[in-house]
Order: sequence, then structure tokens, then C-alpha cells
Amino acid sequence: MNKLMKMITPLLAGVIFGLGLLVSGMTNPEKVRGFLDLFGNWQPALMAVMASAIVIFSIAYGLSNKMKQPLFHSIFHRPSLTQLDARLLGGAALFGIGWGMVGLCPGPALLNIMTGQEDILLFIFALLLGNRIAHYTVGPAK
Amino acid sequence: MWNELAGGALIGIAAAILWLGVGRIGGISGVVANLFLLRQGHRSWSLYFFIGLLAAYPLYVYFAGAPVVQMTDNKILLVVAGVLVGMGTYIGNGCTSGHGVCGIGRFSVRSIVATGTFMIFGILTVLVMNTMMAGV
Repeated sequence: MNKLMKMITPLLAGVIFGLGLLVSGMTNPEKVRGFLDLFGNWQPALMAVMASAIVIFSIAYGLSNKMKQPLFHSIFHRPSLTQLDARLLGGAALFGIGWGMVGLCPGPALLNIMTGQEDILLFIFALLLGNRIAHYTVGPAK
Repeated sequence: MWNELAGGALIGIAAAILWLGVGRIGGISGVVANLFLLRQGHRSWSLYFFIGLLAAYPLYVYFAGAPVVQMTDNKILLVVAGVLVGMGTYIGNGCTSGHGVCGIGRFSVRSIVATGTFMIFGILTVLVMNTMMAGV
């Protein structure tokens, strides 16, 4: 039973996550760039995506503090890093630049594979290359 | 506005299901690294999540029609941006989902700082690019 639920849970989460990206318009890179165009023709609507997602997840996270373990797994894999270091800031800065250039972050990029556009695949290959470059130069993620 | 709120709610629900169900943070850059850097022990949930994510597309198209995807066709821009996103999310341990939604949702200082940082750099990048385009 737990084994089956360990399959179904992430599968269902993936479907709902993907629908959320599509319904909100996060999958449209120009819309995302419009959201980042704070000093130009700013389109603030995407703020609502983050706001509602954060509120709902924070409720779930609060709930998990009262649980010994997740429903279908032995432990909560709580992120253990707490330091504010150069890795965090440098990584976030690089990601922000790439995100602003095209308007694609990893979730929408993966989902947009389904559009069949070659340019999306090009972006994904570049992203995976970036993963490797970081892995072998800066070092494995903790 | 309602679409954005509803879409965000779905994203929050998905992250909640993943956390309460199997105790994993729903961060997409983590999923990508787990899958394609072949991290042992993290692959199976990431694979199912990835399959689910892709399956959302035909489901959405069936009910709502094909979504709008407007994007630059400049290959150099796409490759440079892709490499930066790949490097940055790996080095900084997260992106809009892991830091922006889950991290802020659990009030992690690291994630709040990371999200502020990538938002600022995203905004500056769009500003610089638009200014350069206007100048040409």
C-alpha cells in the first residue's frame, strides 16, 4: 500500500503542479518577463501565484510540525542548510539573470517540452549543461 | 487575477501533497538535478513527479485549449539563459518553486534571501535588455 502511494503521491503532485503552472500563465515566458518588467510595462498579476501558493504551502508545513512522519514515508526530508553564503547568493543571482533573459524557470521549461517546440528543448539541454558545469566547477550541491 | 490565484493555489496544493504525503520539498530544480545528475535514492519520486508534470499538459489542452507560449527565438539568448538557469539553480539549491514557494512557505531565511536575490537580478536583466533594445 505504502509502495503504491509513494508512486501515486508524487505523480498526482506533478499533475496538479503542472495544471497550476498552466492555469496561472507561468508557462508563458513573455508573461513572466512582463512580471519582471518592474520599471517598464509592469504586469503584476503573477504576484498572486506566489502569494496563494505560499499561503497554502505554509499551512501544510505548519500541519507537518504536528506529525511524526509523512503519510506514506518514514521521515520528512527537511532542508538542513541554514547559512547565508556566497553559493546561495551567487546561484540565485545567476538564476535570476537567466530567468530574466528568456522568462523560463525550470518548472515551466520542463512542462513546455510538451509543446514540441525545438527552442524549448534547446533551453532544456542548455539547462542540463549548466547543471553539469556547476556540478564539476563549483562542486556538488549539498 | 483569478487565474493567477487559482493556479497558485494548485501549485501550493501540489507542494502540500508532496510534503505531507512523502516528505519531499517540491522544488523543480531539485527534481531536474535528481533525474539528470543521477542522484541515488532521490530518483523515483522525482521521476513520478516529472511524469505527472508532463501529463498535466494534455489534460489542460483537452479542457482549455493550447496555452499561449510567447518566447524569444534567439538561439544564443536561449542557450546562455538555459546555462545560467541550470548553473544558478544548482549552485543556489533552488528556484521559484523550492525557494520561492516552499522555502518562503516554511519561513526559511535562506529562501527568502534567495528569492529576493533572483527577483532583483531578473528585474535588472529585463530592465537592461529593454533599455538596450530601446537604444538600438
